[in-house]
Amino acid sequence: VIDASIVALCLAAGTALAVLVIDLIVPRWWAPWAVALLGGAATLVAVLVTPARQAGVLCAGLPDDAAGRSTPVDCSYVFDSTARWGAGLLVGLTVLVLLLAQPTLRAGAAPAGESCFLLICSMTGGVALAGAGDLITLIVALEPLTLPLYILAALHRRRSGQAAQAGVTFFVNSVVATAITLLGAALLYLGSGSVHLRGAMSGRWTATEPRWQPLLLAGAGLVLVGLAFKVAAVPLHAWAPTTYDGAPLPVAAYLSTASKLGGVLAIVTVVRAVGLSSPGPAAGPLLHTTGLVLAVLAAASMVVGTLVALRQLRMVRLLAWSSIAQAGFLLAPLGGLAVLPTVAPAPIAGLVDAALAYTAFFVVLEITAFAAIVALRPAAGDGGTLDELAGTGRAAPWRAIGLGIALVGLAGLPPALAGLFAKITILGALVRVDAWLLAGVVAVMSVVGLAVYWRPLARLLRAGPAGPVAAGPAPIAVLPAAALGLACVLAVLLSVAPELLFSTV
Amino acid sequence: MSWLLLAVVGVPLLGALLAALLRERAGTLAALAASVLALAAAVPLAWQRGTPALEGRGIAPWHEVDLAWVPALDLRLHLGVDGISYPLVLLTALLTVLCCGYTLWRAPEPGRPQRLAALLLVIEAGILATFLALDLVLFFIAFEVVLLPMAAVIGVWGGPGRRRAALKFALYTLAGSVLLLVGVVAVVVLAGTGDLTLLTTDPVLSRTAQLWIFGLFGLAFAVKSPLWPLHTWLPDAHTQAPTVGSVVLAGVLLKMGTYGLIRVGLGVTPQGAETFGPLLGGLAVAAIIIGSLVCLVQTELKRLIAYSSVGHMGFVLLGIATGTAAGVQAALIGNIAHGVLTGLLFFLAGAVKDRAHTDSLADLGGLRERQPRLAGVLGFAALGSLGLPGLAGFWGEACAVVAALSRGGPLWTALGVLAAVGGALTAAYLLRLLRRVSHGPAAVTLFAVEPAPGTGAAVRRRPAPGRSGATAATPGRPDALRPELVAWAPLVLLAVLIGVAPALIVDLAGAAVTALTTGMGTP
Repeated sequence: VIDASIVALCLAAGTALAVLVIDLIVPRWWAPWAVALLGGAATLVAVLVTPARQAGVLCAGLPDDAAGRSTPVDCSYVFDSTARWGAGLLVGLTVLVLLLAQPTLRAGAAPAGESCFLLICSMTGGVALAGAGDLITLIVALEPLTLPLYILAALHRRRSGQAAQAGVTFFVNSVVATAITLLGAALLYLGSGSVHLRGAMSGRWTATEPRWQPLLLAGAGLVLVGLAFKVAAVPLHAWAPTTYDGAPLPVAAYLSTASKLGGVLAIVTVVRAVGLSSPGPAAGPLLHTTGLVLAVLAAASMVVGTLVALRQLRMVRLLAWSSIAQAGFLLAPLGGLAVLPTVAPAPIAGLVDAALAYTAFFVVLEITAFAAIVALRPAAGDGGTLDELAGTGRAAPWRAIGLGIALVGLAGLPPALAGLFAKITILGALVRVDAWLLAGVVAVMSVVGLAVYWRPLARLLRAGPAGPVAAGPAPIAVLPAAALGLACVLAVLLSVAPELLFSTV
Repeated sequence: MSWLLLAVVGVPLLGALLAALLRERAGTLAALAASVLALAAAVPLAWQRGTPALEGRGIAPWHEVDLAWVPALDLRLHLGVDGISYPLVLLTALLTVLCCGYTLWRAPEPGRPQRLAALLLVIEAGILATFLALDLVLFFIAFEVVLLPMAAVIGVWGGPGRRRAALKFALYTLAGSVLLLVGVVAVVVLAGTGDLTLLTTDPVLSRTAQLWIFGLFGLAFAVKSPLWPLHTWLPDAHTQAPTVGSVVLAGVLLKMGTYGLIRVGLGVTPQGAETFGPLLGGLAVAAIIIGSLVCLVQTELKRLIAYSSVGHMGFVLLGIATGTAAGVQAALIGNIAHGVLTGLLFFLAGAVKDRAHTDSLADLGGLRERQPRLAGVLGFAALGSLGLPGLAGFWGEACAVVAALSRGGPLWTALGVLAAVGGALTAAYLLRLLRRVSHGPAAVTLFAVEPAPGTGAAVRRRPAPGRSGATAATPGRPDALRPELVAWAPLVLLAVLIGVAPALIVDLAGAAVTALTTGMGTP
């Protein structure tokens, strides 16, 4: 009997296999794509109907004296509420990306079978990552999440040069980051004798003897730095602009939303292990080291990402740099851990929830932005320059409104209240723990951020080029437009009733 | 009655949606209808009001509505109207009606008046929600709503330097509102509630917290008001904005800053307001003097009026800085008077610019001979603005000076005297303006024969039925047309009404202001 908590995971993996098989049987672009879409939808349903619970699978047993049964503790895969939430969001994003990829696959710009298989593999890694209960599962899940993306980024027939460059850049950076994470995990294991992240026995991390403490601190720092690569936080961000711009647009959309969400889930898992396990002599230093590392990453990302985004001329590069800045914003509440006076569960949970809520707001707005760009550009095209956006406000008003909602939301301004709620959430969390310095950086960078999003926004409203009509926006493709509509509805829903999100985090 | 509060904010939003979806003329008409409805919903708010019985501080709204929205962020849809907000609500609704009507008659380049009207309605909804909000987080959100639509109005329908001006406006105001956000979040976290009624009745924040938070609030509202030296976005925004944009900007948008200072600054952080009072007062007087001096050398009409706003708002801020009931009353009257008169002045400046196609004072002159009605209204507005007793402008400025003097002590006495000197300078530059524009030698710009008046800088939507016989007979640009006179008339009437009977505002706001300033301003 399969445990209910891994049904979604099995469905995701099964979908990947099915895609591979159907591609052999029906050599048309739509066959693997349709299977992937259906499988993704089925996985989403499975995630939503599976109840969240604290106990998981693959557990170490703790003997229970009374009845002779054993209580499961330190499970390797725990489908708790955060896992359910993260997996659902990630699978939903994958489905949207599949919709966006339809014109690319149909035009034959990328092989359909391989692309769909790799994308679903990555999604499977994400679902596994969301529930990872120990360091080994975490890293093993991180690999299928990342590995297919090297190939996906490079899979583009017409722009093979740029795409290959994107793939290789991503690959080289990612390998280094994985090595750093592995080293950190090894040090944590060496220092504590445990790889478990959740449950009663992970308290061992903080219960370590003082002489092992430096190893633990170094280990925690290295793991987080390695994981920061996934969210493209400065200084591990250099891959992002080249990769986003070179990769096919749907893949860039996946990289900046689902893949980034995976990184956040991994970081949150580690932070919870550090902060919410039982107290011990190492708990305080470990928490502060974690907080400090994240605070530095957050501040550097916000500042560098926003400032460099100001000078970008290409749309996808601008979004790439802005998503680096957004990585800083979403890590910022976790940076607040550095100033906590004591290891107390309530404030830590508050900071983690704020980071998760911000991430959800961000991925919805970011996928909206990418969906709008895909819908505005010709099939299988690249993101284009900012100047090519000029005149879209008149030529394609609905799609321009979609892009406008996304950009205004990312800037954190009304009328796209979703972004504003996100900013209020992280500022509230930071002020609640008296992290005024980080709150100040968030505030200042929000202002500069407006100047970033102002440029594409202004071009949307500006009159178009007087020259040839062919330079205008592409005709509407149905499915990307549907994805854009769906993403816009989500963004508007989060603007009107953000409680839907806050109540689930 | 409470549902009227929701209607006042909701109707403009729905109207904006409708206007954006419809075609040009139909959309603008829908926007005009929505703005009229909003005004119709705003007027009865003053009826059936219970006599506010206030012990000590606090807000006693005449009507209120309180709905949950986002509990996770302490955000409630809590709206209420009292004597402090009611006059501003009416002014906002009225100016929006006038602006939508004006847009229907004459759309600035590059056309698409229904979009412009839709944006005006969104701005109206944001401003009204700011004035009505009794929840601090809601106040902040409403404060932010105005930013992008106003920037779009400047950036799309503005003059040649519009893009730069729009970005400058957006960045300046956003910088201010981010400070406000930090302050709001700090208050909500420290006090555990965002309810302005509770926060005002019983300011639970410690003195240190109040000082810091008022510092943030003060900066944020000073940018919006604007207070010297944070005013530099204003002249650019005004110079470039289309006529209706300038009217809304000067008429009511600036009031969000001063209203915030009264409602939130004095309300939530009274000790901070009291401590920073002298600094605020000093800067306000500096704004009066510097604004007036700059006006004396301005060469462009709209820029001159924009700088005069800095001076006038200085008087308002001086009133608030005293922290006394008299001072706050002065500020409220000053707010309304400035909204009415400067709104009117910007309408007139737009009319002059439409005719002369220039803004430069050196190229204007002889308005009195060629366009006597226009010159007459301009003279009226300028005299009102310079504080002629009997017109609206007088009470706000005189009372602010009196409030500063009655606060006593060498500092406030000096500030009062300096502000009075600034008032004299105001007279100097406005008279200079009149001398140049109305009485100067007839300039070729206003005299030249032109077959189709209004082409070029502005597009005429229909032939003007109200063209007066006099101008039809003599060559030159037309005098004030009937639609223009219709747009100006309410403002002229209001200026006289408030000038003759300032008690209208004083009586409405009296109880609320007394409650708000309880325990403050004692020397």
